[in-house]
Amino acid sequence: MKTYVTRRLLQSLLVLFGVSFVVFFILHLTGDPALVLLPPDASAEDVQRFREVMGFNDPFVVQYGRFLSGALRGDFGQSVRHGESAFTLVVERMPATFELAGAALVVALVLAIPAGIVSAVRRNTMLDYISTVVALLGQSMPTFWLGIMLILVFSVQFNLLPSSGRGGLGHLILPAITLGLFTTARITRLTRSGMLEVLSQDYIRTARAKGVGDPPVVWKHALKNAAIPIVTIVGIELGTLLGGSVITETIFAWPGVGRLSVQAIYNRDYPVVQAAVFLLSSTFVLVNLAVDVLYTYLDPRIRLR
Amino acid sequence: MTATTIAIPAKRGAARSEWLTLFRRLARRRTALFGLVVVALVFAAALGAPWLSPWDPIEQDITNRLKPPGSPDPSGRVHVLGTDHLGRDLLARVIFGARPALLVGVAAVAISGVIGMLVGLVSGYFGGRTDDVLMRLADIQLAFPFILLAIAVIGVLGPSLPVIIVVIGVSSWVVYARVVRGAVLSLREREFVQAAQALGSRDGGILLRHILPNAFTPWLVVATLDMARVIVIESALSFLGLGVQPPTPTWGGMLADGRVYISTAWWLATFPGLAILVTVLGINLFGDGLRDTLDPRLKV
Repeated sequence: MKTYVTRRLLQSLLVLFGVSFVVFFILHLTGDPALVLLPPDASAEDVQRFREVMGFNDPFVVQYGRFLSGALRGDFGQSVRHGESAFTLVVERMPATFELAGAALVVALVLAIPAGIVSAVRRNTMLDYISTVVALLGQSMPTFWLGIMLILVFSVQFNLLPSSGRGGLGHLILPAITLGLFTTARITRLTRSGMLEVLSQDYIRTARAKGVGDPPVVWKHALKNAAIPIVTIVGIELGTLLGGSVITETIFAWPGVGRLSVQAIYNRDYPVVQAAVFLLSSTFVLVNLAVDVLYTYLDPRIRLR
Repeated sequence: MTATTIAIPAKRGAARSEWLTLFRRLARRRTALFGLVVVALVFAAALGAPWLSPWDPIEQDITNRLKPPGSPDPSGRVHVLGTDHLGRDLLARVIFGARPALLVGVAAVAISGVIGMLVGLVSGYFGGRTDDVLMRLADIQLAFPFILLAIAVIGVLGPSLPVIIVVIGVSSWVVYARVVRGAVLSLREREFVQAAQALGSRDGGILLRHILPNAFTPWLVVATLDMARVIVIESALSFLGLGVQPPTPTWGGMLADGRVYISTAWWLATFPGLAILVTVLGINLFGDGLRDTLDPRLKV
């Protein structure tokens, strides 16, 4: 148990190290970070001076070392646009993004797990077909289109829900559904196939033969065992949700990290971009670590591997 | 010599009939067949766009802007899906929009598919330290919120077709690598591989001739389903203004334009989105059918 957790911890550190390198490298993609950071009309002397000040003439390894030590202290430099610390800007927006991703996950779990279970238990009935078709559509539908269509129907036509900004529960509904739909579809399909597999096992037949009724068989015997892959996918989907927030936040003008980073890219505000990518990726890595550790309680066999 | 000349056509014949059997089994799944037909139609539309499309997708007509679907223009021709904010025919733009979507889809899948296949083959076959390093690389790759990384990189390099294809292609190899690696791990213990090793075949030859053909089917399933994902990403990038640049029509770009007119011209945002939905649904249905036919136990 302990060795497994230690190993996963070391692995996560390694991943974070890789993440930091890629984030550092973003600025060096074109070969000259000074040209990326400065406005296009900067004079040659300005570029030269900027290079000196920022230390872009130093060896690559030195620059990376400086970036890494800065990143660990939460120092990604100043935002070119806002004149504030890029780290603070991103951290301030984090709660909004977590709120949206969390709400989307709740939407997904609340819809998907019952839908998947009903689909599996009432296999090949109308309910199963409906849930399967909806899941398939959900998996094929681009989020941004769904978001726009929801705005069209609920904000423009019926004027029921606000289409932009953050505020009360009303503001959260449309973005959360938009962001959560793809995850809903995936978890529905996974729950259905997982339950189908478990329901055909011998111990379920034994339980039924012993006269255990339908609800306890489904909820106690089957779901517990079908839950393991669902927990894994929840970890992975959180990453999808954090990344997907970029688009959903843009559509609904949600003041989170995703929208901030899209705007930062339009404004060529790369310190903010770096801080956002680094912090979102780190969150994702930590969530995955937490899920994996949780996993060892659900499925003790994992620890032995 | 004669032996080889006889052996080769016989082998080809066998392979062909195998594919034919596969196709027949696939065709029996109605949803998969439906998906295949949809995908074929979208490809046909992309290839034949100049002949199929009744209007020029770029030609503007400011006097005829934001016309609802079915409006005729003064010459009596009908804009079946209406016109956009610059008076361009929406149907023509939807048809031409299939081109960048499919081009990026096919090219990016080709890049990530080849990288993933190579990594999976090497990782699974040689195992040990190589495998460890490659799989940790895969973990790092998976730890990235992909869209965010893609927009950052494209933002720096500037949006262009090659950049988009390479960015998506280079960052999507992990799924292929894992699936191929899994297949190779079991293949390398099989008798025909061990026989080839015992006979002194070189590793490269074994990988190419004996392992690759057998690891191909799971790879194909992943490639099909991944293409759906790539098309959604392409349209998401063009939605954010980081895709193929105007005036080239892209589904995502049309959606972004349409979003501005959402309260007055619903058709602008509706039809390009439907085009994406239908295309991606078709690919997903076909891919699901392919997986169920080829390898029902595959988890992708």
